[in-house]
Amino acid sequence: MSKAIYALYDDDEIMVDGAKSILSKNLRIKDVYSPFPIHSLENVLGIKWTRLAITAFLYGLTALTLALIGMWFFMIEDWPMNIGGKPNDTLYQNLPAFIPITFEFTVLCAAHGMAITYMIRNRTFPGMAARNPHPRTTDDHFAIEISKDENSGVSEDEIRTILKETNPVEIFEK
Amino acid sequence: MEYVFDVRAKKLTFILMAVGLLSIVLGFFGGDHASQRVWTSILISGFFFFGVGLTGTFFLAIQYAAESGWPTVLKRIFEGVAAYLPIGSLALIIVFLAGTFHFHHIYHWMDADLYDPASPHYDEIIAHKQAYLNLPFWWIRTIAYLAVYIWFTMLFRKRSLMEDELTADPKPFFIKNQTLAAVFLVFFGYTSVTASWDWIMSIDTHWFSTIFGWYIFSGMWISGMVMMTLLVVYLKGKGLMDFVNDSHMHDMGKWVFAISFLWTYLFFCQFMLYWYSDIPEEVTYFQARINDYTWLFWGTMLINFIFPMLLLMSKDAKRNAGFLMFVGVIIFFGHWMDTFMIISPGAMKDHGTIGLVEIGTFLGFLGLFLYIVLGALAKRSLLVKNHPMLEESLHHHIN
Repeated sequence: MSKAIYALYDDDEIMVDGAKSILSKNLRIKDVYSPFPIHSLENVLGIKWTRLAITAFLYGLTALTLALIGMWFFMIEDWPMNIGGKPNDTLYQNLPAFIPITFEFTVLCAAHGMAITYMIRNRTFPGMAARNPHPRTTDDHFAIEISKDENSGVSEDEIRTILKETNPVEIFEK
Repeated sequence: MEYVFDVRAKKLTFILMAVGLLSIVLGFFGGDHASQRVWTSILISGFFFFGVGLTGTFFLAIQYAAESGWPTVLKRIFEGVAAYLPIGSLALIIVFLAGTFHFHHIYHWMDADLYDPASPHYDEIIAHKQAYLNLPFWWIRTIAYLAVYIWFTMLFRKRSLMEDELTADPKPFFIKNQTLAAVFLVFFGYTSVTASWDWIMSIDTHWFSTIFGWYIFSGMWISGMVMMTLLVVYLKGKGLMDFVNDSHMHDMGKWVFAISFLWTYLFFCQFMLYWYSDIPEEVTYFQARINDYTWLFWGTMLINFIFPMLLLMSKDAKRNAGFLMFVGVIIFFGHWMDTFMIISPGAMKDHGTIGLVEIGTFLGFLGLFLYIVLGALAKRSLLVKNHPMLEESLHHHIN
């Protein structure tokens, strides 16, 4: 017994219009598959704004603090380093020399943190098998996924009729 | 959408100009260093607002050259800001003329004694720079920069007004604008650097910095960017620019955010290399600033870095007129203080202060700037016509 019905489209605009008409008939869309980001789709589907930026800020803040504490300990506290006669008594006197490293470390951690968070959140890791319903949704086709559980009030035939009205190239179950 | 430069706004600019004039005139009776202080103050505010005007032309040229569609609805604002350029150049020329005729001593190298080996004032370092740094050549360069900047500004304005009346296909017209913009940008790229050497770096005659041109340029750009954003916020607040949507404001906010970082990067880039290498002839520039102007020097850098960084980081803040206004006003003044930090320690040594004269002159130039810019905006409709990318800009939408 398959869990979902898919409608496959060969044009992104037809797909977006299709999504609008499906939603207007009180059918719920579970997900949409597309080889590239589609403008305005997130508004049609009512997807909430990503919180990835907040995590990036937190990773950056952590990295900034870590980098400064680290350099303070290595270069000032544990073994004061004399490099070209630069002051090494306090952190603030030698701060300009530490800024580039702090900046780089902040960027490094924010970028990697974001990428790893994104992978964990979407449960997609390198080497994993593809989970797209149709191989062509990573090439030139677009798919709308309708979950049967989410639309238990609507019969399968009705779903198929609604999907057919949106001009898909193919309707299939998986 | 027509903007009317009403009596109330006009009155305000006249009051500002009167304050400026009053502080300049009274400043001459300010005791020791009075005349030097007033001229320095005019150069600071004069150059600052000249930079704001020049950014209008520069930013417009970038949009043409890059074929960017989104800012088409804001084009009149760029042109309006650029309209200040002729008067702004005049203010600079007055300061330069006063220097040439020794009414002030901002440009130490204009003193002929320095080049005469028999004179007790002979300065070998400056004498070696004479091939480049001599009055005739310097004036030729100055006039050339200003003339070409003004010529392009007027040409862009003229062609933009021509485009409004265009009945033929606007595409070839746009392509010619693009070519002109590219020519201007190449000229601007070189001369914004040499002009910063001539007008600003030559104040600290012995000193030199290779990144100085970019530093001055980024300061100009951010000040101009902030001024254009504030004008859009003001006109949109009056309901005259309803065609400007959240996405346009977001993009302007992004520019303010990004150029703030460019400026901070160049500030730090110049500072850190000189601090680290600690070579006497280089580090004197920063010693004069850090020893005599400690709070202003670091304060300017922190204000211009921290405010845009923390307050304009989120998407919602960039789309919020109140946030843009608040951050904009603070860093606009912050970059004026930066111009003060660039010019004053060289021209006034350790006697420079931000007092009534400096603030008054700033307000005076602000009044003059607003009078000309608002006047230019009132002349034409705030929305261009027949621009090939107008439709795209009206539907501009980003997330």
